[in-house]
Amino acid sequence: MSTSPHVAVLTGGMSLEREVSLRSGTRIATALTEGGLAVERIDVDRDLVARLGAGGYDLAVLALHGAAGEDGTVQSVLDLLGLPFSGSDALASALAWNKPIAQGVYAAAGVRVPDRIVLSQLAFRELGASAVVDRVAETLGLPLVVKPSTGGSSLGLSVVTTAAELPAAIVAALSYAEAALIERFVPGTEVAVTVLDGRALPAVEIVPKGDRYDFAARYTAGRTDFHVPARLDEAAAAACEAAALAAGAAAGARHLYRADLIVDADGAPWLLEIDTCPGMTETSLAPMAAEAAGVAFPDLCRTLVDLAVRDRAAA
Amino acid sequence: MRLDTDPYLSRYADRARDLAASEIRALFAVVNRPEIVSFAGGMPDTAAMDLDAVAQLTAEVVRDHGHTALQYGGGQGREELREQLVEVMARGGAPATPDELLVTVGGQQGLELVAKCFVDPGDVVLAEGPTYVGGVGALSSHQADLRHVPMDAEGMRTDLLEEALAALKREGRRAKYVYTIPNHQNPGGVSLSEERRVHLAELAEEHDLLLLEDGAYSLLDFEGHVGTSLRSLVPDRVVYVGTMSKTFAPGVRTGWIAAPTPVRERLVVLREAADLCPGNLTQLVVERWLTTQPWEAQVKEYRALYAEKARTMLDALEAEMPAEVAWTRPSGGMFVWLTVPRGIDTSALLAKAIVNRVAYVPGRGFFGDGQGGDALRLCFSYASVERIREGVGRLAELLQGELALLRDVFGADAPELAGRRDEPGITGGGQGGGGTSRDPGPGWGVA
Ligand SMILES: Cc1ncc(COP(=O)(O)O)c(C=O)c1O
Repeated sequence: MSTSPHVAVLTGGMSLEREVSLRSGTRIATALTEGGLAVERIDVDRDLVARLGAGGYDLAVLALHGAAGEDGTVQSVLDLLGLPFSGSDALASALAWNKPIAQGVYAAAGVRVPDRIVLSQLAFRELGASAVVDRVAETLGLPLVVKPSTGGSSLGLSVVTTAAELPAAIVAALSYAEAALIERFVPGTEVAVTVLDGRALPAVEIVPKGDRYDFAARYTAGRTDFHVPARLDEAAAAACEAAALAAGAAAGARHLYRADLIVDADGAPWLLEIDTCPGMTETSLAPMAAEAAGVAFPDLCRTLVDLAVRDRAAA
Repeated sequence: MRLDTDPYLSRYADRARDLAASEIRALFAVVNRPEIVSFAGGMPDTAAMDLDAVAQLTAEVVRDHGHTALQYGGGQGREELREQLVEVMARGGAPATPDELLVTVGGQQGLELVAKCFVDPGDVVLAEGPTYVGGVGALSSHQADLRHVPMDAEGMRTDLLEEALAALKREGRRAKYVYTIPNHQNPGGVSLSEERRVHLAELAEEHDLLLLEDGAYSLLDFEGHVGTSLRSLVPDRVVYVGTMSKTFAPGVRTGWIAAPTPVRERLVVLREAADLCPGNLTQLVVERWLTTQPWEAQVKEYRALYAEKARTMLDALEAEMPAEVAWTRPSGGMFVWLTVPRGIDTSALLAKAIVNRVAYVPGRGFFGDGQGGDALRLCFSYASVERIREGVGRLAELLQGELALLRDVFGADAPELAGRRDEPGITGGGQGGGGTSRDPGPGWGVA
């Protein structure tokens, strides 16, 4: 391949996180273009395969968030097309996408994850699970975090402090996914560890100015304070890194991913999830971490290109 | 190191500081994809326009009046256009003189200028509940204390308005104005009855009220019926906002305000501070449209088209919707307001709707106080008849599924599941049950 590959930045699509994805994609495409690469931004739709086939691309950089882009779907198609791409492969993507399954895998790898219960629509529809909803709070205690089993950007997430709020929170989560993941609320410091090509970048600490890190806090500049590196003692910081790397390895994640964790009062990290296609917007965590490690945004994007090329044979 | 993602934060004005990214706004980014049947945006069906005629008159404008068209104009707008707009108002039964008019960039600018002219932070403004989403946006950007007066099938409950006025008096406060859309209201789809128009006018006299009459849909009654304009009843107490968006096209961004002279004079100064003047090019296009084209025939065509689409939507709703769902039956305009059992949160449900390839505007957008979680707005003017049937089918299936899920999660007898068809008039007061019930706007960038 020549030194200046022809890059397709895949963005948008039908996902519920379309807007965030468009912001990530535009930012990546601009950075790569300014870096002298031939870049095209592709809004993913039914013509994707045809466009990729006809476009003469050397590789794809994925700026897709949400279903189809992050769950292994696009990755499988790109594999079939023989087009190298940035980010995790189809299997790792699919695994990390399903939070309850992934948490089981992380736990088996020795990573601490919150106690949790999964209730699917099927459980309610076919098994009469409403009769056991009361047990959820008894089993896990309160407060609880209720979220869709798949998807990102805090969409459909609620924190409930009484058992009475639980059914409505479950229904809200089920608006976004087939199953609701109900976790014990772990109080502590919210931290994100970004891993770039097997190297953990400085942890970013997230301090929402409001009561939580919801959609508005994530995507409104100024709504959240970030500290890089996170204000953790050395042991806790090292434990976070180790957890992120262990979980990433267990899932088979590669290139660039972000682990979201809570550090409790004892300094112990609890892993919530791994995002295999982390946001790359102006308020996103992965670019912040890279910046703190001395990797400016354009270089981060260029690294994604190089990694995709390097690992093309691995597919 | 503390990272500052918005170094300007300490400088923002109060009205800007709390603006935040919105989940609903983000979801609307998907809605315009062709796979989705969108009942969301309040968009006229411009497919009904004669584009050749518009092309020709636009060319004529540039050819015959190019230098005027491309130059600055006066802050009040072109007199020739105002004369024509007075004619348009007259068709809607609203009297005015050209000098009382101010041409604005859409009715939306009219609503914003009126808020700017009258509302200090914390001032009370009364409006129908629900009311136009852009009206909520205009008021909240001026930090109004927006209070809603419920509606039924005959529009605003003026008896409840009277109570609200009495309550305000007891608080030692008064409403700066009452915002009302008397004809084929957005989003309610209902019109203020003739008796209530008279009652509203009486209340205005009795309580020394100013009314903001929004006539956006005044010419869009399916039968061509024209309701009595409040401006014809109490002209000194009415500021009127009109628009060419629904009778011609929103792309020309042409609306107007008709106001008593002292008010109009201030509005012109305020508007000059905002944008100097309306664009001459589009003013000339609208002027020519109104003087050289059969514009009333075009309005008639819109009416017939929307009547057919409304019928299609109402028939489909009747055939497909679960018994627990209620909706209004418009006789004009572009909207149906749908009310669902309180356990359903229409903001949260939008995500699932989009996955099911159908979209609407969640009810919360039409209130300034978080109400409306149990309601949604459907626009019938834009989608084709076939797509309307398809979209209503998808929505009905979605609501069926959601009700089944709620029954499964809450248990079949939960009060959250009670149907709404027996409730009087147009409901939508509930907070909705969902856990993600934030994100009340202001304004989601939809008309
Ligand atoms: C009631 C009402 N008023 C005003 C407007 C503003 O429209 P425009 O700015 O296009 O004139 C709308 C648009 O939907 C509306 O429904």
